[in-house]
This record gives sequence, C-alpha cells and structure tokens, in this order.
Amino acid sequence: MATLKPATGSVVLLIGTRKGAFILKSDRSRRTWKLSGPTFLGHIMHHLMLDSRDRRTMLMAARTGHLGPTVFRSTDFGKTWTEAKVPPAFPKVSEGQKGLVVDHVFWLTPGHASEPSVWYAGTSPQGLFRSEDGGQTWEGVKGFNAHPLRQQWTRGEQDGTPDGPKLHSILIDPRNANHLYIGMSSGGVFESTDRGVSWAPLNKGCRADFLPNPEPEYGHDPHCVRLHPLKPDRLYQQNHCGIYRMERREGLWIRIGGNMPKQVGDIGFPLVLHPRDPDTVWVFPMDGSSVWPRVSQGGKPAAYVSRNAGKTWTRQDKGFPKAQAWWTVKRQAMTADAHEPVGLYFGTTSGELWWSRTGGSNWICLVRYLPEIYSVEAAEL
Amino acid sequence: MTVHIPSPLRSYTAQRAEADVAGSTLEEVLTALDQRYPGLRFRIITEQDTIRRHIKIFVNETLAPHLNVPLRPNDQVYIICALSGGS
Repeated sequence: MATLKPATGSVVLLIGTRKGAFILKSDRSRRTWKLSGPTFLGHIMHHLMLDSRDRRTMLMAARTGHLGPTVFRSTDFGKTWTEAKVPPAFPKVSEGQKGLVVDHVFWLTPGHASEPSVWYAGTSPQGLFRSEDGGQTWEGVKGFNAHPLRQQWTRGEQDGTPDGPKLHSILIDPRNANHLYIGMSSGGVFESTDRGVSWAPLNKGCRADFLPNPEPEYGHDPHCVRLHPLKPDRLYQQNHCGIYRMERREGLWIRIGGNMPKQVGDIGFPLVLHPRDPDTVWVFPMDGSSVWPRVSQGGKPAAYVSRNAGKTWTRQDKGFPKAQAWWTVKRQAMTADAHEPVGLYFGTTSGELWWSRTGGSNWICLVRYLPEIYSVEAAEL
Repeated sequence: MTVHIPSPLRSYTAQRAEADVAGSTLEEVLTALDQRYPGLRFRIITEQDTIRRHIKIFVNETLAPHLNVPLRPNDQVYIICALSGGS
C-alpha cells in the first residue's frame, strides 16, 4: 500500500453556506485561524472545492432562491471569480416531451491526476456532468444521463430527499481515470469502468428498509460514499440504512454500523476517512427514528471513530455541549485535514464550525453565527 | 425595447437597471440580452426554454407564460424575481 507523508502547511477550510461562501485559513501550526467572506453573499453554495492537482483553482456550485444553478471558477484562490460559460444542463428535448431541468449543482470533484482539466459535477435531479476545460464548460455524461434505465435506477424525479434527489460522492480511482463510482440519494451506488460510458449498480448487501423489497439491486439511499486513496479497493458509505464497508473484490457491503451502540444507532449523513489509515473512519450519528428528526441523538452531539475498519467504535464528545444541542451535520459538512494528528472539522446547520486538532478526542468551536452550513472541505497550502 | 433588470441580475449588466435590445418575440429579446450579457439568460430560463419557477416576466402589464410571446418595438419587458416567501 502506498504511503503519504503528513501535511505541514496551512489548512484552508472552504465553507459553503445557504447564504454565501466563507474561507477559514490557519497558520502552519493550526493555532490561529482567520475567517474571510462572505463571497457571493446571498447565494446558496452547495459545494466549494479546491483543485488538489494545482492547489489554485477553485470551483463553487451556486444558485440563489430565484436564479438558476451555475458554477463559479477562480484561478487565483478566490480573489476573483468567473462564471462557467456553459453550466451543467440537461439536453433540450423536443416540444411536447418533458425534459429534465437542473435545479442545483450539488457536488464537485476534480478529475483524475492524469486529466488535469477534468472535473465532475453531480446535480439534482440526479445527473452526472463532466468538464474538460477546468470547469468553464460542462457536458452531461451521456452514459449515465441518457441511459435507458436511468429513470428506473433513480425512481423518477419526484422521489427523493426533501430538497430533491442528489447525485453525489463522485469517486475516481486514483489508479485508473476510467474507474468511477457515484452515489445517488435515490438510486444507490453505481460503478463505471469505462469513464462513464456504461454503469452498473453496486449495492449488494446494502439495505433499503424503506422499500417493499429491502434488498433490491438499486434504489438505495447512500448519504456519503468514500474511497480510500491509499487503498482504493476499500469503500465506505454512510447510508440511510446504516454504515457499510466494501472490499471491492468481494463486491459486498458489510454493515459495520451494527457495531455502534444500539441507543445511538448508525444513521447519519457524513463519513470521513483518515488520510493515511484506511482502517480509521469517523461518522456523526443523527436521530433517524420515527419521522427522522436528523439531529444529534437526545440532543447530545458526538462523533464516533473506528480504528479497525468498523469492528468497534468509540464515542468522541469531549468539548461538545452535554445536552440540548440539536445539531444537524450535512453529508458534505465534515472533513479531515492531512496533518498529524489529523484535524477534523464539521459545520452545523445552525452555523457553527467545530474542529478537533487531535483526531476527535477533543473538540473546539472555531466559528459561530455563520449561515446554515452546507459543506466544509479542507485543503492544504 | 426596454428590458428592466432586477437587482439579482445586475452583476451581469454592470449594475444597469435597464437594457435596450431588439427582437420580435420574448425569445429573441432574451437571446439578444444574453449576447450582450453572457450567462444572464440561463439564470432565468431553463435548458428546456421555460421560465424558471421563481422568475416572472411581464410584457407591459401582462404576465408572459412562455418565450413565444410577440413583442412590439415600444413594449416594456420586466424581469421580476417573484416574491416567493421563505428564507
């Protein structure tokens, strides 16, 4: 297995909120932090990503309450922004037919290291888009968007999460630019080995308790899927129906969330991997009972870490409120840096940004009073 | 004719509140507007050429239901960000 040296530079957190984007930057020791922004105040920022290949280019997935979805691009680390000339959009259909309309761009992923200008985007309704010019123009990945079974896989556009079904967790095998995974909140995990020309469901072993057949081929609700860059044949997912791990050669999801404390359960949105240890994974459980409150269990927030690939889990709540803290942490709103010890970060829908400089053993609130946080991504400078 | 631009779109028009463009239909006027201010059209019109849900376009005082509405040279076109409520 390849190894990775710990990062030693400044950490930059890219924070997407319902009312604009913010950047939080540390010094090299991660002891002092400076918040800047908002950028595009009033825009709904679903996701901001720094291009890890050049550490300079940033893309933002934006819309407003009135205006349609678009992508903004910066090549000077956020000083100036230009809008995509052709944002992600479905093909226009003939008159009399009902065509798809992108409501929002939800997910952004830089492409493979061997394809420095390639980016991928996931949308709601669920569509996959690719840019070959660094995010300036976007085209649908026809192998998925125009697949004859797409409607069946996604169960139609009305059947999704309250804010619309989302295509997310676009994962690229670091060994092979043609090998892709996607997660769909209404459809499950799918895989392509030919750069998106063809796709196959990858959901064996994963439950879909909300369907008449709880073990279908597709139709699942992965909330967050991760692939470990140093062990790319290992996948993890936080699903609507639990926490899972897959060894790709086995092709079977194993429910590792069954080892979580029963009173906490294994429902949540985000899942974060240790950058250098494929056996270490963090989750942030939420209440998925009855009407799905989607808040911390009992008003007592906690992260859970497993250091043995999900066999056992440890509660990490030191520094958090002990009661009456009804946090929701969205699927893109928890991340890790690459330092040693690993810094963990998450944002809440109530606008707080928390971090741990010790891998979750102790937590500190870094920023309060932000708008509803949609996404947090860590980048190294 | 004159197109009245709402504040959320003025980042495209260098903060101008009005634009004079030519066209015999709403579609032609919006195409001309987009040529002058690239990107503006897609923020208010979908890829299926429908007016976005929270955008309204009035020709004089009449709500335009689609882009095929014919226009006369002296018409006033108002792009409105609908009062949609919410947060």
